[in-house]
Amino acid sequence: MTDQFEPVIIGFTCNWCSYRAADLAGTARVKYPPNVRLIRLMCSGRLDPTFVLKALSSGADGVMITGCHPGECHYLEQNYKALRRYLLLRRTLKQMGIEPERVKLVWASAAEGVHLAKEITTLVEEIRALGPLQWPTSITGNGKKAFLEGSSVKEAVA
Amino acid sequence: MTTEKDKEHKVGVYVCHCGSNIAGVVDVEDVRDFAAKDLEGRGVVVSRDYKFMCSSLGQELIEKDIEELDLDRVVVAACSPHLHEKTFRNACSKGGLNPYLCELVSIREQVSWVTTDKGQATEKAKAMVSGGVERVLQNDPLEPLSVPIHPATLVVGGGIAGIQAALEIADSGFPVIMVEREPSIGGHMAQFDKTFPTLDCAACILTPKMVDVGGHQNITMHTWSEVVRVDGYVGNFTVTIKKKPRYIDEDLCTGCGICTDKCPKKIIDEVFEAGLGYRKAVYTPFPQAVPKYPVIDYDNCIYFQKGTCKACEKFCPTEAIDFNQEDEYITIQVGNIILATGYDLFDARRVTQYGYGRLANVFTSLEFERLSNAAGPTNGEIVLRDGVTQPSSVGIIHCVGSRDRNYNNYCSVICCMQGLKFAHLVKERTGATVYNFYIDMRTAYKAYDEFYQRVLEEGTLFVRGKVAEVTDAARLPGEEGKLIIQTEDTLAGKQRRIPVDMVILSSGLEPRHDAYDVAKLFGIACSSDGWFTEKHPKLDPVATMTEGIFIAGVAQGPKDIPTSVAQGAAAAARVLGRIQQGEIELEPVRASVDQNKCSGCRICNTLCPFNAILFHEDRMVSEINPALCQGCGTCVAACPAGAISGTGFSNDQIMSQIEGLLMLNVAPVGGAV
Repeated sequence: MTDQFEPVIIGFTCNWCSYRAADLAGTARVKYPPNVRLIRLMCSGRLDPTFVLKALSSGADGVMITGCHPGECHYLEQNYKALRRYLLLRRTLKQMGIEPERVKLVWASAAEGVHLAKEITTLVEEIRALGPLQWPTSITGNGKKAFLEGSSVKEAVA
Repeated sequence: MTTEKDKEHKVGVYVCHCGSNIAGVVDVEDVRDFAAKDLEGRGVVVSRDYKFMCSSLGQELIEKDIEELDLDRVVVAACSPHLHEKTFRNACSKGGLNPYLCELVSIREQVSWVTTDKGQATEKAKAMVSGGVERVLQNDPLEPLSVPIHPATLVVGGGIAGIQAALEIADSGFPVIMVEREPSIGGHMAQFDKTFPTLDCAACILTPKMVDVGGHQNITMHTWSEVVRVDGYVGNFTVTIKKKPRYIDEDLCTGCGICTDKCPKKIIDEVFEAGLGYRKAVYTPFPQAVPKYPVIDYDNCIYFQKGTCKACEKFCPTEAIDFNQEDEYITIQVGNIILATGYDLFDARRVTQYGYGRLANVFTSLEFERLSNAAGPTNGEIVLRDGVTQPSSVGIIHCVGSRDRNYNNYCSVICCMQGLKFAHLVKERTGATVYNFYIDMRTAYKAYDEFYQRVLEEGTLFVRGKVAEVTDAARLPGEEGKLIIQTEDTLAGKQRRIPVDMVILSSGLEPRHDAYDVAKLFGIACSSDGWFTEKHPKLDPVATMTEGIFIAGVAQGPKDIPTSVAQGAAAAARVLGRIQQGEIELEPVRASVDQNKCSGCRICNTLCPFNAILFHEDRMVSEINPALCQGCGTCVAACPAGAISGTGFSNDQIMSQIEGLLMLNVAPVGGAV
């Protein structure tokens, strides 16, 4: 038994491509680390950046956003909107004092189970190298997770 | 953050063993106990594990609990929702629970099949169950959306798969619109001479079906046409078809062929005759073409290029020639679409060491089909490129462009049998010595291996090994003027040089060069090889992930004629089922605007690719048309006022699932839990 840091990562997947890539990785028995827990959305365009902040504030050390390759979106072009939000979100994270590398955008088609598994493996290693997410004290005041705590997030979004 | 509302819920959790598929890696009893104890405060009142939850006994377990324990939420930890979501939703319905109050957690595809460490797998499964429970608590009861199905069907591609699909549907009494890019339907099969393993004449079995399509009262054919735009969704697609100008008035043309006779311009026919024969500038690709109307080839027509000629117009007895025709766009309504767009033959020039295009007597499989075809450029005479000499020895090279990491990794399926068919035809018609160079001989399916045995008995020689090179550089006596095939003979364990007169490359099949564009046009996906992706590789081979779009034939992956026909019929059966139902139930995943919260900022208006969002100028609020909304949720994520909500994937559902998933840390490797 080793005591290496095991990051927890939340992955957002698109129902049409990356979620099926995860299915395919399973069917093909491709092994990858168990640190990523997936949430199915209908489209990467559904990704509200607050979901990412919510995940990070609730204990996740990293977030993976996945969607169809550019030009292959099931809803024509919504993955481009995910890309826009992702780039903005990374800047916001940086300004908040959080390493933007903790959030990663990955394109994976329904046929790319092996690719998705590889990306997950890489991201787990990258986050492991960054270490546990430390919320800057300027935001938390007295400790981790105080920001965006619990139900107040829902109100902020809803 | 347990609220009073949560406490009122009664959740049932069901953990599936899936035989040993899940239970072999995940400690299912531990997950069951975790749900029962640790999630009791979240409303879990019963937690069970069972060998196969999807079995009727497993489903009855859920139904009984709903009735007896008054469950109002169900979480099933089993396989991917893409496999069994429907199964468990139906079980809930039977038990009297709204089916959308059931969540499936994929602990097989996402845990047991992809995780090595048992402790880690079990902890991940627990976290996912926790996420599922939190999410299901936020689920709302929903009713499926019902969409009417337009009875017409579009079939794209007039090869054998498309023909079969069109005839099945049309014979059942429903309208079919067939679109074919070439001037005639028939596809690749029309070019073949014989079909393996029965050696039926391809034209003899295909042309009656082509004629059926051409004359069918329920089929509208658009040849020399392409689909350029697809709007709408299952049950109600609006498709725009571009009809390229034939420069022939189809209402007046009788198909007499005088224009072709009189046309002074001869061009090498690269498409139908594979470059071995000629055609005129006004032509039908082959005598049995359907429809019978010729096409004027703009780029080669003397009138179009030089401004004078019009020989065809002068001699046409019905004045059917119309040089003023232009692209015509027509719009049709259909309920379902079948894509049977076929394949491109692997370009053998890419394997430069085999010398195709450089060494005259190296032929591709399609060239040989035309050469051996009685209606072909040599009237079925198998001769060398000079047009007169019969070969006395022929080498047939298998797996050209297939099973080769330099080109395509996949097996093209048909090439072994095609190579055997060629061997038989050469032997039968010329008596030449025939060598087959193969990596593995693949003759699965009915009567195929018997054909292989027959060809063996006919005296065809087989050399097992991948050919290194075809060359005309003679080194040894007897090699002068021949093509020398340099190969490893893996059975004899040595290198061999075999001189032959003619080489036939059994080229593989490739996706159409524009398969990606076509996939994008119809909103479906391609595999990494470029074949259209089916909904499920085994259990749903003709449906796609886009409702209302079906695929058939080689467009889905390499296959032979019987399988293409079967797929065409299968796709037709799926479509007919839909048409008979009259309507289809769709997932009620849709967005809606709370008009009291909408500030009228219009941010969402430009985000929707389906133009589903209307803006009411008078009230300054946006509204979503549920018939147009496809449920992607982009507007939900973008609304700054939180006025838009999405059913099935609401903010509350996702936020709660995040919390549930993060309830547990990742277990250390090898850590006993």
